[in-house]
Amino acid sequence: MSITIENISKRFGGFTALDNVSLDIPEGKLTALLGPSGSGKTTLLRIIAGLESSDAGRILFGGDDVSDLHVRDRNIGFVFQHYALFKHLTVAENIAFGLESLPRKQRPPKTEIRERVNKLLEMIQLPDLANRYPTQLSGGQKQRVALARAMATKPRILLLDEPFGALDAKVRKDLRRWLRALHDEFHFTSIFVTHDQEEALELSDQVVVMSHGQVEQVNEPAALYARPESRFVFDFLGHVNVLEGNLKNQKLTQGDAWVSLPSVQGDQEAQLYMRPHEVQLARSPSAHARLPLRIESVSLIGSEVRIELQPEGWHSNELWEIGMSHNEFARHAPARGDLWYAVPDIGHLFTNAQSQPRTVDWHYPATATAHP
Amino acid sequence: MSAPSQAAGAAPVRRFAGRSKRVLPGFGLSLGISLFFVSLVLLLPLTGLVMETAGMTWDQFWFTVTDPRVVESYKVTLWTALAASLFNGAFGLLLAWVLVRYDFPGKRLVDAVVDLPFALPTAVAGITLATLFATNGWYGQMLEKIGVEVAFTPLGIVVAMAFTSIPFVVRTVQPVLEELSPADEEAAVSLGASDLRVFRKVIFPSLWPAVVTGIALSFTRSLGEFGAIIFIAGNTPYVSEVTSLMIFVRLQEYDYAAASAIASLMLLVSLCLLFAIHLWQGRYLRRLEGR
Repeated sequence: MSITIENISKRFGGFTALDNVSLDIPEGKLTALLGPSGSGKTTLLRIIAGLESSDAGRILFGGDDVSDLHVRDRNIGFVFQHYALFKHLTVAENIAFGLESLPRKQRPPKTEIRERVNKLLEMIQLPDLANRYPTQLSGGQKQRVALARAMATKPRILLLDEPFGALDAKVRKDLRRWLRALHDEFHFTSIFVTHDQEEALELSDQVVVMSHGQVEQVNEPAALYARPESRFVFDFLGHVNVLEGNLKNQKLTQGDAWVSLPSVQGDQEAQLYMRPHEVQLARSPSAHARLPLRIESVSLIGSEVRIELQPEGWHSNELWEIGMSHNEFARHAPARGDLWYAVPDIGHLFTNAQSQPRTVDWHYPATATAHP
Repeated sequence: MSAPSQAAGAAPVRRFAGRSKRVLPGFGLSLGISLFFVSLVLLLPLTGLVMETAGMTWDQFWFTVTDPRVVESYKVTLWTALAASLFNGAFGLLLAWVLVRYDFPGKRLVDAVVDLPFALPTAVAGITLATLFATNGWYGQMLEKIGVEVAFTPLGIVVAMAFTSIPFVVRTVQPVLEELSPADEEAAVSLGASDLRVFRKVIFPSLWPAVVTGIALSFTRSLGEFGAIIFIAGNTPYVSEVTSLMIFVRLQEYDYAAASAIASLMLLVSLCLLFAIHLWQGRYLRRLEGR
């Protein structure tokens, strides 16, 4: 069941939570609503569920307008950040709650309900915990039960509000993988809200980036990461290194730092955005860039060594971050306090005139083009 | 100038004989004062009561507490207190619900008025209720038309008891209601539950321990109510006399032993009730918290 969101607006007093949002959620896909707190992502999810009403606009489920339908008639499954399990009911009773809430005519007989609950318990890999109470479960188990409860009535749409937000990192990763596997098996249309970009990129088929009540960009994770269309998406998705300076004679300059930008015309303020993997570290400046940086810290944990650097003789609002393979790290042994030079391979140039960036590639200049 | 020179030297370090594991000092002192005060104000008078009763033989004691007039007063007190506290259970729950769930002008005023029965001298409440419910009072006139007599009947006792003990229910239910997570209800509704089912299956199970506690507190309070009742009850022997009045009557007859015998019996019942609530509540909460 696909979901269409048409011109939805919502205000809370003087605060605009959603400003004329339109969006298509494809059927059978896992879509992430990603954004910082206050971006309106949770409000949008709650409006889709019917837990909140919109001031204007329509919600369509597979072409049917459901804007005026009550939550209980929308046939959705909703998973809450803090599980919202009924604490005086056992795990099995929690899962059966939706089935037992069905009108008498549609309600399956008791034995069938018990069977369905057992199947769901197996699906969430907790068959032995049927008679436990929620307080006797760990956070990860609670969220699995909440998920089983939401899926018991076979809803058309599954909505998850920061489903892993209250869990610790290890459990979160496990549960994420498990949810993805579950989704691949059942293919329900689902939307989940998160402020964790890693979670959104790893888990979803499609990411909707939101800020200030508006949709910034919608795309598949890989495409979104490779081609952000705005400064906001750039900043929000992963770390980005920025050189902010004056563009003149095809050269962006600030203090002691400069980068040559062949084929870029104009005389104006500009910012060059570079992902950590789009920049390399060298002992000396290259022919096309001089970006002196002093090493501030070295983090060895992970598949890559992460080096944080402080600009030397120029200024950046945030520390620069550059990745280096462990092999390379062993060869060069960069240490805290050393002076190194950043050599960009690819950069994304924002000027005040254009809202979309222009990508510059120093190795293959011919491919350097603006975004379509 | 001795102070600076002292400060310049080694700072005096206060050492205690035993190393305290608590951060804040004063545990011994505060506990001591509290226990002393509890003994002085609560336990000592109660001991006096028991001592007074202890002067009687069992036969005397039994004879006093089973006097037909007194026994009739037990019956009146018990059923009126039960009626009043059950009424308060329903009405107090409604009042707490309204105060927590809705916003309306004057809400804070209503919230404050709930405590009025605590603040008002019970005698004042009794006189006011008696005036209102008398056959020529505002309420009494109207009730007389439908043939209901409140003042100077056991029904009057129920009214007085309900009035003085309503805050118990409201104030025990209110915080529990405030702490209910809206997500639980939203979850239930999203699963297709009707409003009635949400209340029955989600809200009420969290609420009823508080309601029962409130009713029980209201009941024990009603058992001992005196000031408000005597003005409205009419105090007809065998009909509308409450037990606390019987104690008063015995005192007026200078029969201190009989008064304290009845009083100690009331004390026993109230204490048993309070302990029972406490035990039950502890057990229920333990189960809920999974300990």
